[in-house]
Amino acid sequence: MSEVKSVATRVGFGAALKELGHLRDDFIVMDADLAAATQTGAFKKEFPDRFYNCGIAEQNMVSIAAGIAATGKRVICSSFAMFAAGRAFEQIRNSVGYPHLNVIIGATHAGISVGEDGATHQCNEDIAIMRTIPGMTIINPADETEARLAVHAAMEHEGPVYMRFGRLAVPVVFGDDYKFEIGKGVELKEGNDVTIIATGLMVNEALIAHDLLKTEGINARVINMATIKPLDKEIVLKAAKETGAIVTAEEHSVIGGLGSAVSEALAEEYPVPVVKLGVNDEFGHSGPAVKLLDEFGLRAPNIVEKVKKAISLKK
Amino acid sequence: MDAAIIKELQITACKARISIIEGVHAAKAGHPGGSLSCVDIITYLYSKELNVDPKNPDMENRDRFVLSKGHAAPALYAVLAEKGFFDKSLIKTLRQIGSILQGHPDMKKIPGVDMSTGSLGQGISCAVGMALSSKHFGSGFNVYTVLGDGEIEEGQVWEAAMFAGNKNLSNLTAFVDYNNLQIDGTVEEVNSPAPIDKKFEAFGWHTIIIDGHDFNQIEAALKEAKTVDKPVCIIAKTVKGKGVSYMENAVNWHGAAPNDELAEQALKELNEQLKELEA
Repeated sequence: MSEVKSVATRVGFGAALKELGHLRDDFIVMDADLAAATQTGAFKKEFPDRFYNCGIAEQNMVSIAAGIAATGKRVICSSFAMFAAGRAFEQIRNSVGYPHLNVIIGATHAGISVGEDGATHQCNEDIAIMRTIPGMTIINPADETEARLAVHAAMEHEGPVYMRFGRLAVPVVFGDDYKFEIGKGVELKEGNDVTIIATGLMVNEALIAHDLLKTEGINARVINMATIKPLDKEIVLKAAKETGAIVTAEEHSVIGGLGSAVSEALAEEYPVPVVKLGVNDEFGHSGPAVKLLDEFGLRAPNIVEKVKKAISLKK
Repeated sequence: MDAAIIKELQITACKARISIIEGVHAAKAGHPGGSLSCVDIITYLYSKELNVDPKNPDMENRDRFVLSKGHAAPALYAVLAEKGFFDKSLIKTLRQIGSILQGHPDMKKIPGVDMSTGSLGQGISCAVGMALSSKHFGSGFNVYTVLGDGEIEEGQVWEAAMFAGNKNLSNLTAFVDYNNLQIDGTVEEVNSPAPIDKKFEAFGWHTIIIDGHDFNQIEAALKEAKTVDKPVCIIAKTVKGKGVSYMENAVNWHGAAPNDELAEQALKELNEQLKELEA
């Protein structure tokens, strides 16, 4: 097998900002003293006059972004997911969400794969809390390619967008021909026995799980759900009807994330078993990211287990 | 300032005070005290200072106003109605289902409202963002905001002040409506932000202390603000409930509506003041 390139999705975020900087000048990029880590630094380096550092004051940054957007301009503000979605939740809700302003929140270092920094920085709750804001779009790209394309799409979108990126380098699964559209899930593998709906770095694990399951004679459909809100109900309902069982996989709490969104959609329209794989209502801890993903069960073999459970629950 | 102009401003402010009472009374809810304390400032801004057009409220490079103390919405609505941004008959729909006049300012619903506010401390940051946008994109407009004295207990206000000072946003003017009362008591009793001027100065702002009910002083302060190459904080000493005798300096009128009898009394007092001004 040829060597797969691994790149963090945050790198795709920074690359897209740089590309956009060359394409248009109607936007500002902001950070809260984490530019090197979030990768807004890539933009800052190229366009220092179009970058503003708010210092370590995320609440102020988000409301400033709202003010900029209220003047009809575009703005991207960035911090770690913990401090963007967490600390500045109410600013996102009231200053950005309520007036439905064109603010992109570039939240990096999401999930357990932050690694060594430990629980205070491992945000497994951001999708859940952002989902509760009316009109919020939430995008959790699977790889660098998708991250880059998603940032371009978000800049054309009307209304606030919460974008979730990771620190850890993850395999690039999509080629240059990959098309990204906000609100659309993408079927990556065909299959009719069960469907795995994955998001973020779990998409690559789902693809591995697909191959593992195949050796056992199980044909799993794999869907990449980068946009968690608005959820692509059509592709979820189709999968439920055609495969009769769903497994969701996300590097996020099992409370309120992709698994919840899929369960909620199906419970009301076409109930089938949904087995959720994610972080089980617990805090993380320090350690190398790859080991944490093993420890917290966010790997292909864990998906395989959940798939078997989902199939056993089929009526 | 010319005496006739002052009288005109006083008449507008008095009419706005009547609207505040009428709106809050009709709604049976709202914040009359802090609306009456800052309504002279808002009256001056919309009458003499802001480059805005009621017929074109979304004019691209208009000056921006952010009511950071969003609960004083009745004062903003009253002035916007006086200036013709929307029909004055809407005032009595305040806080009612179906009304554009939400309990706190809503930029998506109300012509002339530049920013949705209500959660304290966020409005000044939004104003900072607007001032930054104006400077960055060379739009040339100025930004004004009104904060409450209780509001500045919010930490975010000082994050915004620090940023505005550091980025030298000289196109930003913030008023502090220093009426000395907040819901739970006097600001000293609760958690005094004093000395307010020294704090803003420490963050790189120019400060001016005025009587917030004196139009000459408001005008002079705004003129001075234009000569300074810094963000400016105008600390306006005001009287909570100004214009309605039983509401003046009374903490219980922070967030309560007068009953029919008291509303009648307030309107009687204000109409007498208006008659005197118009005489």
